[in-house]
Amino acid sequence: MNVVVLVKYVPEPHGVPKLGEDFLVRREGVEGALDPGDEYAVEAALQLVEAHGGEVALISMGPEEAMAALRRGLSMGADRGVIVTDPVLRGADVLVTARVLAAAVRRGDFDLVLAGVESTDGSTGTLPMTVAELLEIPSATFARKVEVVDGSLRVERQTEGGYDIVESSLPALATVTGSAAGPRYPTLKGIMQSKQKPVEQLAVADLGLAAEDVAPSQRVVAVQAAAEKGPGEIIEAGDDAAARIAEILSEAKVI
Amino acid sequence: MAKVWVYAEVGPEGPHPASLELLTKARSIADTVEAVALGPGATEAAAALGDHGAQAVFASDDPVYAEYLAQPAAHTLSGLIQEHRPNMVLFATTYDSRDVAGRLQARTGSTLMANATDVLSLDRAQTQIFGGGTVVDVELSGPDPKLVLVRPKSFPAEPSGGTAEVVPVNAEIPEDRKRARRAERHEEAAAGPKLEEARVVIAGGRGLQDPGNFAILEELASAIGSAAVGATRAVVDAGWVPYSYQVGQTGKTVKPEVYIAVGISGATQHLVGMKGSKRIVAINKDPDAPIFKLADLGVVGDALKVVPKLIEEIKARKP
Repeated sequence: MNVVVLVKYVPEPHGVPKLGEDFLVRREGVEGALDPGDEYAVEAALQLVEAHGGEVALISMGPEEAMAALRRGLSMGADRGVIVTDPVLRGADVLVTARVLAAAVRRGDFDLVLAGVESTDGSTGTLPMTVAELLEIPSATFARKVEVVDGSLRVERQTEGGYDIVESSLPALATVTGSAAGPRYPTLKGIMQSKQKPVEQLAVADLGLAAEDVAPSQRVVAVQAAAEKGPGEIIEAGDDAAARIAEILSEAKVI
Repeated sequence: MAKVWVYAEVGPEGPHPASLELLTKARSIADTVEAVALGPGATEAAAALGDHGAQAVFASDDPVYAEYLAQPAAHTLSGLIQEHRPNMVLFATTYDSRDVAGRLQARTGSTLMANATDVLSLDRAQTQIFGGGTVVDVELSGPDPKLVLVRPKSFPAEPSGGTAEVVPVNAEIPEDRKRARRAERHEEAAAGPKLEEARVVIAGGRGLQDPGNFAILEELASAIGSAAVGATRAVVDAGWVPYSYQVGQTGKTVKPEVYIAVGISGATQHLVGMKGSKRIVAINKDPDAPIFKLADLGVVGDALKVVPKLIEEIKARKP
C-alpha cells in the first residue's frame, strides 16, 4: 500500500514567526524544520507500511529551505520525496497550495494520503480537506488512530465529546492528531540513508497548472498590534497568594 | 443586494451557539441573511436561526449528513450556492464545519479564510495571529462566495425577533460521496459544567508534572462549584486527559468570568483559546512564562503548593 504524507516546512516551529514588509511570513533565510504536527502523520504512515508493505512518499511545497523538512521525514524512514518549489508560489493561499499538492499527489499511485491536522504557523486546518475534494476522495480528520482493516480505512476520530469510529473505502485521506503514536527519532543509519533517497524537485509548470490556478486570492492589507490589557500584578507564591486568588473569585461573584 | 449565508451546524441540542453569533454578525454586513442547516434537527433549528436574523433557512433533516463525514454536506451546499449565489458564506470553526468549508473551496474555487475573529465587509475579514498579539486585515478576492471560518465567541449572539421561512432541501447524494461513515460514536463525558459554559475554567499544563496531579484541579473545581477543568494541547497529546478538555486553537474557545492557568507557560496555540476571559490568574514556576503577560494576577511558584491552599481558602470562605 502506498501512503503519501503532505509535509510542511515551517519557520521557527517553536518560536514566533515574523512578518516581512510585504506582510508575508518570512520563510527564507530563517531557521526552520518539519512541522512537528506532521511528524505524527509520517509516523502513522511508516507504521502502516511496516504492517502492510508498500512505500511512504512525502510531498511538500515550499522554498529551497523546505528540503530540510523532507530530509527529516526521510531520515525517519520515508522512501522518497517530492518538493514543489517555484517563485510564483510565494504568498500562496490555502486553495493554491491545495491545487499544487493535489496535482503532485495525482502523479503517482496512492492508497492513502495523510497530513497533520493543521500547520503550526498558518494553522488554518483546511488544506487537507481541500486536497481531498480536489482528488475526489473521502476523508476523516482528527484521527488519533489510523488503521487499514480488510482493505478499508478505519480511524478513531476525536470529537468535541469523545471519539467516533470512522470507516472509509480507499483511496482516502486522513489527518493525524498529536494524540496518535509519538513520532520516532531518526537513527544515525536513517540519517545516512536519507541522503541516498530520491527527491524529485518540481515547478508549477510540471504540474499542468495555469497561472490563474496559482494566483492567491487572500492578501493581508493591514497589520496592527492587538489592544492588550497591560500585564497585571505578579506576586511570589507565599502565604497570601491563595487569599489573593480567592479575592478575584469573590469579585467575580463565583464563590 | 448583498447576500450572506451562515452554514449552521445542527445537532440533537439544536443549532450550534456559534451559528447564532454568525447570524448576528451577518445582519450588520448584508441585507439578505439566510442559513443552511443540514442533518437531523435542521427544520427544528429554523426557529432559533430565524430569531437571530435568518430570513430563510434551507433545511434538510436527512440523516445522511450526520452519518457520512463532510462529503454530502459539501455536495449539497455547493449546489445551493450555484443556485442562489450568496456573496459570502460564514462557518463556525468546529470540527465538522471546518471540514465542509475546506471541501467547499475546492468546488467553488472561491477563497476560504480560516480563524477569523471579525468579518468587516463582504470582502474583508480580520484575524489575530501570533497568539493574538497581532491583528491583521485580510482582503478576499476572486469569485464569490467568499468563505470565512470564524472562531466561536468572537461576537455576541443577539436575537432579532425575526422568523425564518423554511425552504426544504431535497438533494440526492451520489453514492460516491457516501464513503467515510461514522460507524460508532463514543462519548467521554466530563463531570460538571461544560467548558464553554462554565463561569470559571481551571486549566492545567505541563507544569503539573504528572497526570495524577490533575486531580487537584478537579478538586478545586468542585470547591468553587460552577467551574470546569481544561487543559493545554501538550498534556492532551501526552494522553493525560481526553481531547474534550483541550482549550486553544484546536480545541475550545472559552471566555469565563475567571480563568485559572495552572502550570501553563502560554503557547500561542493555547492563548488564542482563552485570552478573552474576563479575569486571568496564572500560577507558574517560571517568572518569564508568556502567560504572565495576560494575567491580571500572576503567582510565581509551585502550583502543587498554591492550589491546595486555595482550596482551603475557598472552603473557609463558603458559608
